[in-house]
Amino acid sequence: MKFPVPHDVKAQTIPGTEGWERMYPYQYQFVTDDPERNRYEKETFWFYDGLHYPEPLYPFDTIWDEAWYLALSQYNNRIFQVPPVRGVDHRIINGYVYISPVPVKDPAEIGQRVPNFTERAGYYFKNWDALETKWKKKMEATIRELEALQIPQLPELEDISVVTEALGESKGFHLLKAYDDLINLGIKTWQYHFEFLNLGYAAYVFFLDFTQKLFPSIPLQRVTQMISGVDVIMYQSDEELKKLARKALALDIAEAVTFSPEWSVVEAGLKKLPKGQEWLQALDKARDPWFHISTGTGWYHHDRSWNDNMNVPLAGIATYIEKIRQGVNIERPMQKVRAERDRITAEYRDLIEKEEDRKQFDELLGCAKTVFPYVENHLFYVEHWFHSIFWNKIRDVAQVLKTHGIIADIEDVWYLRRDEIKQALWDVVTAWATGVTPRGAKTWPMEIDWRKGVMQKFREWKAPPAIGTAPEVIQEPFTIVLWGVTNKSLSDWAAVQEVKDPDSITELKGFAGSPGVIQGRARVCRTVDDINQLQEGEILVAPTTSPSWAPAFAKIGACVTDVGGVMSHAAIVCREYGMPAVVGTGHATKIIKTGMTVNVDGSSGAVSIAR
Amino acid sequence: MANQPALCWFEECTRASLPLVGGKCSSLGELINAGVRVPPGFALTTEGVRRFMAAGGIGGDVRAQLRGLDVRNPEALERASAAIRSMIESTPFPLELEDAVAERYRKLSVRCCIPAVPVAVRSSATAEDLPDASFAGQQDTYLWIRGADEVLRHVRRCISSLYTARAIAYRANKGFADDSVAISVGVQKMAKSYAAGVMFTLHPTNGDRSVIVIDSNFGFGESVVSGEVTPDHFVVNKVTLDILERTVATKQSCYTVDQKTQTSRAFEVPFERQRVQSLIDDEIVELAGMGKKIERHYGCPVDVEWAVDKDLPAGSNLFILQARPETVWSRRSRSIVADREASAMDYIVSSMLQGKRVT
Repeated sequence: MKFPVPHDVKAQTIPGTEGWERMYPYQYQFVTDDPERNRYEKETFWFYDGLHYPEPLYPFDTIWDEAWYLALSQYNNRIFQVPPVRGVDHRIINGYVYISPVPVKDPAEIGQRVPNFTERAGYYFKNWDALETKWKKKMEATIRELEALQIPQLPELEDISVVTEALGESKGFHLLKAYDDLINLGIKTWQYHFEFLNLGYAAYVFFLDFTQKLFPSIPLQRVTQMISGVDVIMYQSDEELKKLARKALALDIAEAVTFSPEWSVVEAGLKKLPKGQEWLQALDKARDPWFHISTGTGWYHHDRSWNDNMNVPLAGIATYIEKIRQGVNIERPMQKVRAERDRITAEYRDLIEKEEDRKQFDELLGCAKTVFPYVENHLFYVEHWFHSIFWNKIRDVAQVLKTHGIIADIEDVWYLRRDEIKQALWDVVTAWATGVTPRGAKTWPMEIDWRKGVMQKFREWKAPPAIGTAPEVIQEPFTIVLWGVTNKSLSDWAAVQEVKDPDSITELKGFAGSPGVIQGRARVCRTVDDINQLQEGEILVAPTTSPSWAPAFAKIGACVTDVGGVMSHAAIVCREYGMPAVVGTGHATKIIKTGMTVNVDGSSGAVSIAR
Repeated sequence: MANQPALCWFEECTRASLPLVGGKCSSLGELINAGVRVPPGFALTTEGVRRFMAAGGIGGDVRAQLRGLDVRNPEALERASAAIRSMIESTPFPLELEDAVAERYRKLSVRCCIPAVPVAVRSSATAEDLPDASFAGQQDTYLWIRGADEVLRHVRRCISSLYTARAIAYRANKGFADDSVAISVGVQKMAKSYAAGVMFTLHPTNGDRSVIVIDSNFGFGESVVSGEVTPDHFVVNKVTLDILERTVATKQSCYTVDQKTQTSRAFEVPFERQRVQSLIDDEIVELAGMGKKIERHYGCPVDVEWAVDKDLPAGSNLFILQARPETVWSRRSRSIVADREASAMDYIVSSMLQGKRVT
């Protein structure tokens, strides 16, 4: 398989974006002025992380990439010492992130790493539940700290208490410190994010690997089904909506709740009703933490949470009220899901011929089941709960920058790197202290305008799925599970590149997320705001889905996504509803248009478009 | 031996009837008794064949022909074979036996509510399915046979197929005495099949027991069995019965009935049907379910011939024509995948060291 040379790709600069490199940290660049680094970069295999970054990175949003660049690599290489692989290296071209696992090449060194890994990872596997309990405490404490963190405004005159209590510190200093604290909380959260994750994936990957050796044709979705939890946190937000729907009916205020799709109108109406007050109290209780749920993956600042846009959960509640009125059972069929999982597991186990293999199967299955809840649950804590609050705290910082003329609009802040924001805050603070105008008030708005144009051009550019030199073997568990980097996916990626006219495409390939075949009318929903347009039985086509999309699944006949594997939200929920899903098609939302008739085969992972 | 019946309905046969009715017919009996949908039919037993050979002294003549035959001499072998076969095929049944076969055939026609019901006439050898003595393909199958006289004629042809030059030489080389391999003949109602083919309850290319693989073409299954066409190919998950792979081939020909001559022959598939899936999804799933049931009954993976009857309504139109234990993978001793007594941790480490091949 031939892939383009990274430096050649980068050299074809999109006209008008010259100098884009300054929007990202310098170590992310493919280089030509350092022969040794250049050779390493050419000999390495880099693949585009479309899973996390379906669109180019905003300079500020690069923070999470930096955070996991550090966190994943350190756990792999410096803490657990995964024997054959160090960390995962990162680069950026035109705003798109490319990553590459770094192998340990010397067999002797790999051997030296084995005892460390066995001891350290073994400790985690052995004490998993106790350590996970600790993790939840750490994570909740960090989130509380984040909530408590206040971004100070710069006063005309400092409060008298600074003098009377001899504080010795100004709001200017506090602002700088609060920003540092905020960033550090973010980085710390991502340290925790990876504490268990790679080990969790390792247990999963090798259970998968083992079952595939026994049953070469076993679908990934079935392996996942065997180890998936039933009571995972991911469903809780949706459960809260159902509870609120039932409560609205029980209190006989459903009319008021469904009166308008506009939350402010509904809220005002409910406040006038005595029973409405009771319902609003229940809602308030549910909002923290369950509405801190992102309407996207949580990786981008524009993935707002339910708490940011109450119209989204309101639409969900309205859907459930309607379903209950129609006499539809909205309870999750937990008993059935569990029974089906157990039946599948037992049948596969019975098909194993050798006693030794059955023992190994039990052993690996047990391990995978222990670790898997973390793999599913961490997303709520980090990407949803923490991130939702974090983005808004950055908006508080942006408010200060706006007040001092550095940016014209709050949402302009994302066009600055996190270290540039720090610089700008210094500019603001020193100018405020001195009583002069910050220099950035003149320079940043121009730069931001230019960056907006660059980002737009980046969005129109198509990132090649893989560049550099393909390796023979990939050993990094993340790479295998999350990105599904295999011989087949590489050739699929190579094929995607060759398509010239998207209107000529009649078939898309993705991962078989949930089995079954159905034909129906497509409805493309680019964001969760679009899901209220869904008609009963339509096929949802989305960039990706997240728990905040849950109410959509009560209506649709099947789901197709651009991004995600068999463990993605769409795949898991569709399996539970028993409807087909094809996930990770790469570009379904670009090719399929609302109203088209599509055939979704969730068993083979194919979507065909009737043209 | 004389108190053994000369004829048996399939449903009267079980695994224990193998010496009497041969592998194919006894397994059809097994399937019927296990509740699997099999087209009805009957067997002329080994005893029936013996009576035929005894009457008119053919048995003695055959032995005389074979006595002292040098099987390494192809000409002599061919000559002996031709003589034996023409003798068998031209000798009428003893009257009593002829009446009995004709009467069975008439009853079968009545059972099927079809006058002169079309049948498949197949030999069912007692040694056929034994390991290390695969006689498969060395006896004949005749399709779409109608009328008692035609049935009788083809029964004789089946008997004579035991004496092809190849079969004689094979037995000599394997050290089987010629009269140790008895033959029975099955007469089975023929489904007017819309589609037919084969099914394995494991993956024939890698031995994966978690899948069922189905090959299908329009018409009778012979085009699939003989490998004359590239059939449609389906892989079904045995545990969950969902279709994992669906490869629709361009099927240029199929076997079906020539209405003029009332015989089976190859026809060209009309161009517009060549790329049409020959078996619909519901049928694939139902068939796989039947495969699973048969496998459970036999206690081992099986290979199966099946057909969809175009005259019957959906839900009752799928038939199993034949089933036998799968031989290739079952004989191969499966190696153990697991490490010796490895804990999950040991397995993870050792697998990590091997890595995953991607190119």
